[in-house]
Amino acid sequence: MDLKTYIESGILELYVAGQLSDQENREVYDQMRKHPEVLQEVLEIEAAVIKLTAAVSPKPSAYIFEHIKKHLGLNEEETKVVSITRPKHNWLTYASVAAAVLLGVGLFWSINQNNALEKQISDAEVENSYLEVQMEDTRKELAATENILKAIRGKDVIAIPLGGQGDFASTYAKVYWNKKENLIYLDAQGLPEAPEGKVYQVWSLTLNPLTPTSLGTIDDFNSDDTKIFNIKNTNESQAFGITLEPAGGSEIPTLEQLYTLGIVSTT
Amino acid sequence: MQLDTLVLNFQNKDEKAFEELYNMYSESMHGVIYNIVRDNDIAEEVMQDIFVKAWQKSNSYDASKGRFFTWILNIARNAAIDKVRSKDFKNAKKNLNSDFFVDILETSESLNDQTDAIGIKKYVDILQEKCKKIIEFLYFKGYTQKETSEELDIPLGTIKTRNRNCINELRKMLVE
Repeated sequence: MDLKTYIESGILELYVAGQLSDQENREVYDQMRKHPEVLQEVLEIEAAVIKLTAAVSPKPSAYIFEHIKKHLGLNEEETKVVSITRPKHNWLTYASVAAAVLLGVGLFWSINQNNALEKQISDAEVENSYLEVQMEDTRKELAATENILKAIRGKDVIAIPLGGQGDFASTYAKVYWNKKENLIYLDAQGLPEAPEGKVYQVWSLTLNPLTPTSLGTIDDFNSDDTKIFNIKNTNESQAFGITLEPAGGSEIPTLEQLYTLGIVSTT
Repeated sequence: MQLDTLVLNFQNKDEKAFEELYNMYSESMHGVIYNIVRDNDIAEEVMQDIFVKAWQKSNSYDASKGRFFTWILNIARNAAIDKVRSKDFKNAKKNLNSDFFVDILETSESLNDQTDAIGIKKYVDILQEKCKKIIEFLYFKGYTQKETSEELDIPLGTIKTRNRNCINELRKMLVE
């Protein structure tokens, strides 16, 4: 992908706004880790948005963070105890002091009670907004899964199981190929995590003579939860294979590292 | 990446990291919340709540799903909107006018005394009208692309690039 076009597309601005799908978010995340230019751009966008939003604030009170810490019980300070000497008083003073104290305690109690209830309500509201964020995440994930399901169920899609090879006999994958749209969906759930510095590379093969064509590397294999990847394929493939290659991929497949292979049935 | 470490430390309950993140984002969050609730006391209260909850729920943040700023921005917007919808808010208030963030910048008494903010006001004034709105909807209000396109009556496909141009304008102003 052309980095400049990617940056110019405006996707990073929406990323900071929080208006992308889960899949797009992950894509941006991977791009940021791969390309410092992308990260730099995101940081600058974020800085501009922070500056603008902060400018709208009528500067919050400086004590709020103290309140927050207190609320969370972080580094509590000891309360000071002040001793008082007692002068002598008559019973009336005692009685009125006692009455005042009682009244005070009562008032204090009901104010406290009220505050506690209000606090509970506002806690519940904030809790609510957390759940909303989580729900939104779940909704997006579900939509993404439904999309994948729809894509691989299509009438024009053929399924090709890729079996584990040699030392990797226990691994497997599946390719769903939509010839009309020149697209394959690779379900690579049966492959282990790629080790540091290595990537899986997908190959389209024609047999007789055996000619591999790279369909690219799966750079986000480890971070992708669904392990389903869509890949462009305009080849007249007769088989598909997956090898483990050094980061960046290879020109030709390393056959000792051939994990899975499957032939497109011609019937 | 320093910010990453900071966020990680925060998730590991490091109070210093918490304070640093608070210093980085609190004013911004306060601005976003204030723009929605339009009351300084309530905005402070909501902001305090979201940072308390952020600390308690720090583990629910996942860096691969978005920026930390975006995470907390999302929560701030939701909490502020919930507050506006809540009963005690309605009782105490006021029908909210549909003012935009730019209107806040224009009323000078609500501006904080930082020269920064005054500088921004000057520049935001010359932002295109469409830009003011697009930024309001996408960042301050958290509208989706679709909602923004409907609200502004511009095609969904052009939101991305148009917003990019607007943010570019803003960035240019900020570095000048």
